[in-house]
Amino acid sequence: MTKPAAAPDADVRKDASQLRQKEMIARHFDRLAAIPESGEKSVYTFVPGNLTELLLSFDLVPVLPEINALQSAMRGKTAEYIAVAEKAGHSEDVCTYVKSDVGMMKSGNIGPTGQRLPTPDLLLLSYTGCFTFMKWFEVLREEYRSPVAMMHVPYQAEGRITPAMRDYVVKQLKTDVIPALERISGRKYDEDRLKEHLKLSAAAEDDLVWVLQSARHRPSPIDAYFGAVYYVGPIFSAFRGTPEAVGYYQALRAEIAERIASGKGPVTPDGDIDRERFRIVVEGPPNWTNFRQFWKMFSDEGAVAVASTYAKVGGVYDLGFRHDPSRPLETLAEYCLGCYTNLSLPSRIDLIARYVREYEADGFLINSVKSCNSFSAGQLHILREVEARSGRPGGFIESDLVDPRYFSAANIKNRLESYFQMLEQKRQEVVH
Amino acid sequence: MSGPDALTALVARADAIYRDYRLATVREWKARTGGLAIGYMPIYVPRELLDAQGVLPVGLMGGRDDLEIIKGDAYYQSYICHIPRSTVELGLNGSLDGLDGVLFPAICDVIRNLSGMWQMLFPGKLVRYLDVPQNFDRAVGGVFWRQELEDLSRQLTEHGARPYDAEALRRSIAAFNENRRLVRGLYALRREAPWKVPTSELYVLLRASLAIPVDEATSMFADYRRLVEADDTRRPLDQARVLVTGSFCEQPPLGLIKTLERAGCYIVDDDFVQIHRWIRSDIPVDGDPLDNLVVAFLEDAMASPTRYIGTGVKGDELLSRVRESGAEGVLFCAPSFCDPALLDQPMAVRAVERRNVPWTAFKYSENSGQFQVIREQAGTFADSIKLWSPV
Repeated sequence: MTKPAAAPDADVRKDASQLRQKEMIARHFDRLAAIPESGEKSVYTFVPGNLTELLLSFDLVPVLPEINALQSAMRGKTAEYIAVAEKAGHSEDVCTYVKSDVGMMKSGNIGPTGQRLPTPDLLLLSYTGCFTFMKWFEVLREEYRSPVAMMHVPYQAEGRITPAMRDYVVKQLKTDVIPALERISGRKYDEDRLKEHLKLSAAAEDDLVWVLQSARHRPSPIDAYFGAVYYVGPIFSAFRGTPEAVGYYQALRAEIAERIASGKGPVTPDGDIDRERFRIVVEGPPNWTNFRQFWKMFSDEGAVAVASTYAKVGGVYDLGFRHDPSRPLETLAEYCLGCYTNLSLPSRIDLIARYVREYEADGFLINSVKSCNSFSAGQLHILREVEARSGRPGGFIESDLVDPRYFSAANIKNRLESYFQMLEQKRQEVVH
Repeated sequence: MSGPDALTALVARADAIYRDYRLATVREWKARTGGLAIGYMPIYVPRELLDAQGVLPVGLMGGRDDLEIIKGDAYYQSYICHIPRSTVELGLNGSLDGLDGVLFPAICDVIRNLSGMWQMLFPGKLVRYLDVPQNFDRAVGGVFWRQELEDLSRQLTEHGARPYDAEALRRSIAAFNENRRLVRGLYALRREAPWKVPTSELYVLLRASLAIPVDEATSMFADYRRLVEADDTRRPLDQARVLVTGSFCEQPPLGLIKTLERAGCYIVDDDFVQIHRWIRSDIPVDGDPLDNLVVAFLEDAMASPTRYIGTGVKGDELLSRVRESGAEGVLFCAPSFCDPALLDQPMAVRAVERRNVPWTAFKYSENSGQFQVIREQAGTFADSIKLWSPV
């Protein structure tokens, strides 16, 4: 068994944007913990296809169980939570986010910051890009006895959003989601308020895309996989559509602009990367139990992620989508339909091959996680296809999201080292 | 030929169809009719629509323990279930060449992603992910589902099928109604007299019916019923009545079903080959037949783990089935790594525990070859029911 990662703050270098985000998250968890006194209402929902602007327009407070699970993993809590869930009958074969969440709930629902999380007033089941979401909230409904608002988001099987898909989602927003939010909040739907939040979202999205695309520079000023986890944090969670998010992304953009101007590479928990040896595109979510150790395996080799698909699970903004305040419900529908895990396998292959080309990557790596069939089923096919299209070598490693039993550090390190040696070898062949 | 010999011959023919990976019956049908044959993955597709356009719907349910997986394993990690590997294997080794396309209904993320792989592996074939609605309001999910069906119909025509015709669809609905009625009848007969209808036979018939036209399947079910009812050699044994649940997509090996029966269990209800029972009653043939298909899906389908249950209590339908079948216990029998079954299981277990229904659980793969442990577990379970349950 692998030793869980150290607490994330121990000896970790953080830049100003990370500190700013940390404060935002801390305030959010304080707000959640204060709900019994404040009387605010909480809505549990998922990252892909989240409807944060809509929730904010009703003054509802979002809770994201995936984020709780990954943050619990970074704090070494999930082994215990998963054991609690498995003892309660949850299979060892299924998603560890779900088991971490169930285990946390059964252990008193103490969130990653050590504060108690509120019981959901509503489970907003935005069923986008992941079958497990549906089962997850069925489980939570039984546990909490909370009402559910279900919104089925069709899959982009043919690589495009059709009017029928958009209309179906918009109708569900009108007939199921908005009435449920009105009941919970006691407020009427206010489209003008929603538009204001959507306008703020679009502004933050512009800056996020600028940051992600800054990785086209050499050296890249960011790590678009490990570092991007922090960069997408506010926009993928409770802050999209808020002035805080806009401020965060403006500050982040300025910070990255400075790094470009001074020719710096990405910052890592151990400091700046001195020399960018390899530019890599990464597919799949990170491992969270050993996040820092995993990152270090890359940074020690001078490997920098210049693009990643994980940074697109909450929205593929770099393909041009922006929340459009002039079409509030349609834009929410299109947002949900466009999240990365809602894309067909051929579309995912196109996107990864495009990243390899546009970001001038030396290769691409797939971190295949046991928990997530939405990501993982078909990744070996992706590996072959992207290699064939891009002419760049692909690497394949396996781990899990939040179950430390499936992070084998020695195996992963060996594979990564071999992969980077192979890239170096290929580079030498080209030179000679 | 009549009596036990006819019954043996009928089951043997069904067994041969079930075991034929190369789908000879489908190839023969195509040669005879010149029609299209379209495969479909579990659990539900509107077979009536395909049939009405002159297309033979062909159920694909993966492989068995006799299929060597060579290429399929190269596409999937060890923690993915088995059915996509065997399906890819059968596609790549030419077994499915007789099919003009495959439909992938929304079951889970693995089958969903397989649809994308199929698009790339078999260009030129009809490949469609069938996004069944999880909203069951006629004006919302119903409108969406109708559009999906209309798109499917158009796509079939583009690939050479007959154009949509309402009257033809009415006839197909009637044909499948009769077919489903016979299957429901066999399930009812098995509940009443499980020694007459061993599940290891019924299962083979259900599987064979996936690769032949509906009328032939209907005749096969009717003949089987007539023959088993007339067979006086089948006598009751002192077995425990169990309901087997969780096996709706990747199917258990036939050996596992036989093992359960030999271990002292009468299977009186199950989730096998669910397409025959997905729609619970007859679909009306009057009015707009496409709307009738839509409404049947929305309002008369089984409560599967793949289907969002927005109202009522999880597990209620399972408990109803326990009651209706007179099952004395539940066997949770799910494929390894099956998200829908395994994520649902804790809720279903809780439901049966609330009613003090005995249960046990194990997992399998479609290619499992060793059943000794399951035999011991099921045998102990059956014994405990017979010895300790209140009479």
